[in-house]
Amino acid sequence: MIFVVSFLVVLMLVGAVAASIFRDLISAVIAAALVSLVASILFYFLQAPDVAMAEAAIGAALTAAIFIIAIRRTKRYEE
Amino acid sequence: MRRIVSILLLIIVALGISLSLAKIPFGAPKTKVGKHYINEGVKETGATNIVTSVVVSYRGFDTLGEVTVLFIAAIGIGAVLSTGRKKAMRETTPASLVLYTGCRLLFPLILIFGTYIFIHGHLTPGGGFQGGAIIASGFLLIYLGCQERRISRVASNMAESLGGLTFVVIGLLGLAFGGYFLLNFLPKGIANALFSAGIIPIIYIAIGFKVGSELTSIIDNLIEES
Repeated sequence: MIFVVSFLVVLMLVGAVAASIFRDLISAVIAAALVSLVASILFYFLQAPDVAMAEAAIGAALTAAIFIIAIRRTKRYEE
Repeated sequence: MRRIVSILLLIIVALGISLSLAKIPFGAPKTKVGKHYINEGVKETGATNIVTSVVVSYRGFDTLGEVTVLFIAAIGIGAVLSTGRKKAMRETTPASLVLYTGCRLLFPLILIFGTYIFIHGHLTPGGGFQGGAIIASGFLLIYLGCQERRISRVASNMAESLGGLTFVVIGLLGLAFGGYFLLNFLPKGIANALFSAGIIPIIYIAIGFKVGSELTSIIDNLIEES
């Protein structure tokens, strides 16, 4: 169990760092959505299924969609 | 230089947070209020999900404020983005077969799952906010995959207004019957039954409709108007 949780935390850190260094903004949004998704799994392990559901639906799906819509209207690559 | 300073600041903030959190024992004895909620919550509100009894019953007025904040955010996005005139249908690339078929098959299931989450909010984990967010993600799938389907803006506004109105009217009924806002004036019934916990399921259904239609209208404004 501790290994699974540590793996998830490391995955979350990798996603967060990747989101900040990617030059392709779509990839950065996907990495940020990965952070949310892993956070929701961790919330479930911490016995907070309510928060996990909200985090998965809002953090991973809706926020990513809103960012992608915004990127489609502006520029895809960061200078 | 700036990079080094920002990294140093980040380390200081991280150290501060971790040192202040290290003193708090994880999951150890609750405060007086927390103990009261855990021991007496089911008896007092009739809802077996303690989170729901706190969110809708003990802290119901707070929830009304949260719903209002979301409502103002949705109105703000609508006010900034909507131009007031009819846009010509934009040329859109059709969705791939996988997305189209998945959207047609999954949308009803997502809708039913979201509805289940907020109707059973007082029994199982979840509630109005979670169910509404799941329903909004189903509508997002419609916008991505089945572009020939249009969501009626009038119907979504009606659902939103009805949800908010139900919440406030039930609160005022409590004021009229027992003397304070959001009083649980209906019979509490047997714990663990679907029809139990008085006004809690009604309020959560109203919140589910309101949150779902608000988030859908945010997505609708972003996709159609911008």
